[in-house]
Amino acid sequence: MIPTQVEYHRPKTIAEALELLQKFGEDAKILAGGHSLIPAMKLRLSTPAQLIDIANIPDLTGIDDEGDHIVIWAGAKHGEIASSYTIKEHLNMVAEAAGMIGDVQVRNFGTIGGSLAHADPAADWPAVMIAADATFVIASTSGERKVAAADFFQGLFMTDLNEGEILTQIHIPKPPAGTKSTYEKFVQPASRFAIVGCAAMSDPDCNVRVAFAGVSSKPFRDTGIEEALAGDMTASSIEAAANKAAEGVSVMSDHFASEKYRRHIAKVYAKRALMKLV
Amino acid sequence: MTFIGKSVKRVEDKRFLTGKGRYTDDIKLPGMTHAVIIRSPHAHARILNVNTSKAEALPGVVKIFTGKDVAELNGVPCGWQVDFKNGDTMKEPPHKLMVADKTRHVGDAVAMIIAETYAIAKDAADMVVVDYDEMKAAINMREAIKPGAPLVHDDVPNNICFDWELGSDKAEVDAAMAASHHVTTLEFINQRVIPNAIEPRSAIGHYDTANDRYTLYTSSQNPHLIRLLLCAFVLGLPEHRVRVVSPDVGGGFGSKIFHYTEEALVVWASNQIKRPIKWTAERRESFMTDAHGRDHVTKAEMGFDADGKMTALRVKTLANMGAYLSTFAPCVPTWLHGTLLQGLYTTPKVHVDVTAVFTHTTAVDAYRGAGRPEATYLLERLIDTAALEMKMDPAELRYKNFIPAFDGVKQEGYTTQVALQYDSGNYEPVLKRALEMVGYADFRKEQEQARKDGRLLGIGFSTYVEACGIAPSAVVGALGARAGLFESAHVRVQPTGKVSVYTGAHSHGQGHETTFAQIVADKFGIPLEDVILEHGDSDSVAFGMGTYGSRSLAVGGSAIVKSIEKVIEKGTKIAAHLLEAAETDIEFAEGKWTVKGSDKSVGFGDVSLTAYVPHNYPEGLEPGLDFSSFYDPANFTYPFGAHIAVVEIDKETGKVDLKRFVAVDDVGNVINPMIVDGQIHGGVAQGIGQALFEGAIYDEDGQLVNGTYMDYTMPRADDLPMFEVDRTVTPCPHNPLGVKGAGEAGCIGSTPAVANAVMDALSPYGIFDLEMPLTPERVWTAMQNSDAVV
Ligand SMILES: Cc1cc2nc3c(=O)[nH]c(=O)nc-3n(C[C@H](O)[C@H](O)[C@H](O)COP(=O)(O)OP(=O)(O)OC[C@H]3O[C@@H](n4cnc5c(N)ncnc54)[C@H](O)[C@@H]3O)c2cc1C
Repeated sequence: MIPTQVEYHRPKTIAEALELLQKFGEDAKILAGGHSLIPAMKLRLSTPAQLIDIANIPDLTGIDDEGDHIVIWAGAKHGEIASSYTIKEHLNMVAEAAGMIGDVQVRNFGTIGGSLAHADPAADWPAVMIAADATFVIASTSGERKVAAADFFQGLFMTDLNEGEILTQIHIPKPPAGTKSTYEKFVQPASRFAIVGCAAMSDPDCNVRVAFAGVSSKPFRDTGIEEALAGDMTASSIEAAANKAAEGVSVMSDHFASEKYRRHIAKVYAKRALMKLV
Repeated sequence: MTFIGKSVKRVEDKRFLTGKGRYTDDIKLPGMTHAVIIRSPHAHARILNVNTSKAEALPGVVKIFTGKDVAELNGVPCGWQVDFKNGDTMKEPPHKLMVADKTRHVGDAVAMIIAETYAIAKDAADMVVVDYDEMKAAINMREAIKPGAPLVHDDVPNNICFDWELGSDKAEVDAAMAASHHVTTLEFINQRVIPNAIEPRSAIGHYDTANDRYTLYTSSQNPHLIRLLLCAFVLGLPEHRVRVVSPDVGGGFGSKIFHYTEEALVVWASNQIKRPIKWTAERRESFMTDAHGRDHVTKAEMGFDADGKMTALRVKTLANMGAYLSTFAPCVPTWLHGTLLQGLYTTPKVHVDVTAVFTHTTAVDAYRGAGRPEATYLLERLIDTAALEMKMDPAELRYKNFIPAFDGVKQEGYTTQVALQYDSGNYEPVLKRALEMVGYADFRKEQEQARKDGRLLGIGFSTYVEACGIAPSAVVGALGARAGLFESAHVRVQPTGKVSVYTGAHSHGQGHETTFAQIVADKFGIPLEDVILEHGDSDSVAFGMGTYGSRSLAVGGSAIVKSIEKVIEKGTKIAAHLLEAAETDIEFAEGKWTVKGSDKSVGFGDVSLTAYVPHNYPEGLEPGLDFSSFYDPANFTYPFGAHIAVVEIDKETGKVDLKRFVAVDDVGNVINPMIVDGQIHGGVAQGIGQALFEGAIYDEDGQLVNGTYMDYTMPRADDLPMFEVDRTVTPCPHNPLGVKGAGEAGCIGSTPAVANAVMDALSPYGIFDLEMPLTPERVWTAMQNSDAVV
């Protein structure tokens, strides 16, 4: 298990990293926590010639309270997010999800930006970001652009990121006071990724957002459930709405969970998540 | 006794916990090269062409060998012969070091790249182009034995390696079964599991041109046997010029008992290139090429009379050998499985029939428990199922059928229908204690209430007996073993009274350096730190049969005791001389020889020094205090125990939550309770792994679907409850320590207990049997398919 030969760069600023990316084009890969990229390189599934390590760029880490929204910098580690007071106060599901990723080592190395850019269909962050209505800030040498989480994920390991771009910030609007949110995860027992992850958030007026990880080849917001609920958060309404989970969505199948079983688990976990918001 | 029976902390842990262990891959020899093996991505394919020219041109590549280069060499041999029922010889197709003609499983070795660095070898491996002509593979055993199935070896018809039977007269068993009041039948798969030692296999071959000597460093449980097989069967090397060293070994669970092709390859190739060569498996290679365990397809029937007394047991099993015969493969489903089918019950008629099958899969061989977990699973599942079917209490059903207590001294050992004589056993107390610990009566009330509340609680039992301390050499020889199974020990008392012990048993995690030292320190009455254990190096240890079958203490420890006794005997002569007394008037205790009834004594250190500075010395006595011994046991040892699992099943998801696990084991006398508990804990975790999580999945083309840790579920600490363990002590009557063996017990008892608990929880659904691993989807689907309203 050893990668092909690679040249390693450690820029100190975002601008420097972007220049290196620009310079090396498709030969380059960004290295953040390395907990998805390094395994792929060891298996020689990924063979970049140039590695640009952004893990140590001070400007790329941290969590900021910006009044009406929270900024999570792309280099923030899962563990850091799980224990952030700001996050716990406003976005319980974000803290919960962070705490359920992998194990302690993974959480202390892996970054939210790396996970989002990698877009593993079984990863936890993408669904949580969709439920949280996050916006991503993407930088390149020609400037910055913003994209909504819901538009960022395009398919299996596919995102809206182009060559030469770095995901730098995640903006999450602060939900109204009294909003409850949660993340419920049925884990794949070997990897501990999600077979089904359900992120759910309900504001005091019972406006609900629900999104799933692990169910389909990309994370998705489940408007079927949201519409069926129509603001009614009673147990019977939740039960009926949860039964609509992943309706009309193509669902993955593997040796841990067939399509039929995954659909069933999506319903159970939608119900469990929503019941926690009551 | 100062040390025996005490939980002395493991002396080896200092180096392990501080990262100072020395494993094969840590060894760097001057001029060492690195090997990478190119492995077949296909289960069954003809090799049309292997093009190495581009790789050879890569700077830093030293040499590339392919299957053709080793075609004239012998392959690795099988160490156990089991012939067909009709007397025909077992089919033993060659297992070449690399294949030249066709590949027989995913991972079969095709070529070996040797380079200056590992990275270069990896890069070169990517440049080798192998053309394969893929063929249909025989994966499923039931299909593989049908006429017309793809053949793994052209000269093995129907892929059948051998068939075998054991037990009472078949017609009598059939008659007893037919006359039974009730017959419980189960047809199931005891699934294939992958051993997953934390240290991948690794081997360094070193041919020393100046001295014409070979050294093999290998991560093995069995260095001496590897040397014997390597020299006598594979490469024809002179054994006295070959040294095999197994340094620290990071686990094996059986998978490192066997002689692997890579070991022979690096030794042979190091002579070809006159430089040392290191090969270390990648994790993926471990999944693909370490011998796997279990993999039986079984039909088992147990008959009962109206009172619940067992009347007959009939078993028919297909046992997967994989593509090649691994070192001990044939004995696992036969002499280690069939012989345990009496269990701890008085069943009067037992018959077992086994067919060993080749398939295009990784070889299967001994894995923690080796045959006994398969036997125990079968028996214990039958009993709990019978209890459900006959509406009897599973604990009561066992009490009714237990063999009455026998200590092997006052009462004779118990002779079974399947070729064994148990040494000593007292079965009721283990079950009684386990029931007490779990609070059985209260549990049944709690379960009843839970069912009313719509919760699925279940309890499962397993009572087992197993065979350890393998084994009397003459007995195993008669059963087809091509090796003896004794053990050696050399106790060298140094002039200053410090003691070096060389044991043929090999530790790959068991704590021998502590347990064995406890025995030596106690018997000599010296401090623990005055004893050091050496193992794993064929140059320093006379001979060894390795560590497996929970044999190290019972056989290796007994050999040490023999040497200790010789030292004390000679020391008595020296002491008598020094104390000017008759030998018969001298007694040895607590580190000194004393003239009986006096305060005249001489200490262990003084006698040791005298032995090496023999100025004032008994006439005619040789100097020195240094003895070696070989111990060949009189019988196997037979530990036993009772395991109970309590589970709750999530009705909505089918997920099994293991809430409690109680294990009461009797492993004979205990030298170090902490180490024994640790062995039980580890074994229980592994057995639970098979019940709930683990299992190799091959697709129909023979691809290992879950050959990574992202896909193959290992049990983890947070999957398991705190284990509640206790023991009873029934000493082994035939070895000097009275010990039986504890390495595999946990793994043997736990699997059926968990499966039985799941079935008990599911009994309201009328579900009596499900395949392992009992994954959430499997359990949920069974509930879905049930008509019962729960
Ligand atoms: C044992 C294990 C268990 C795990 N369990 C889980 C789990 O339960 N749930 C879960 O969600 N994940 C899990 N993961 C994945 C983990 O969360 C990774 O850390 C994460 O997927 C990738 O983040 P990283 O910082 O490690 O990225 P890296 O591995 O460094 O990079 C991943 C990819 O993203 C790109 N990239 C990284 N940062 C950026 C950026 N800022 N802009 C653009 N591209 C970028 C890289 O070029 C690369 O292609 C697990 C991983 C392991 C090893």
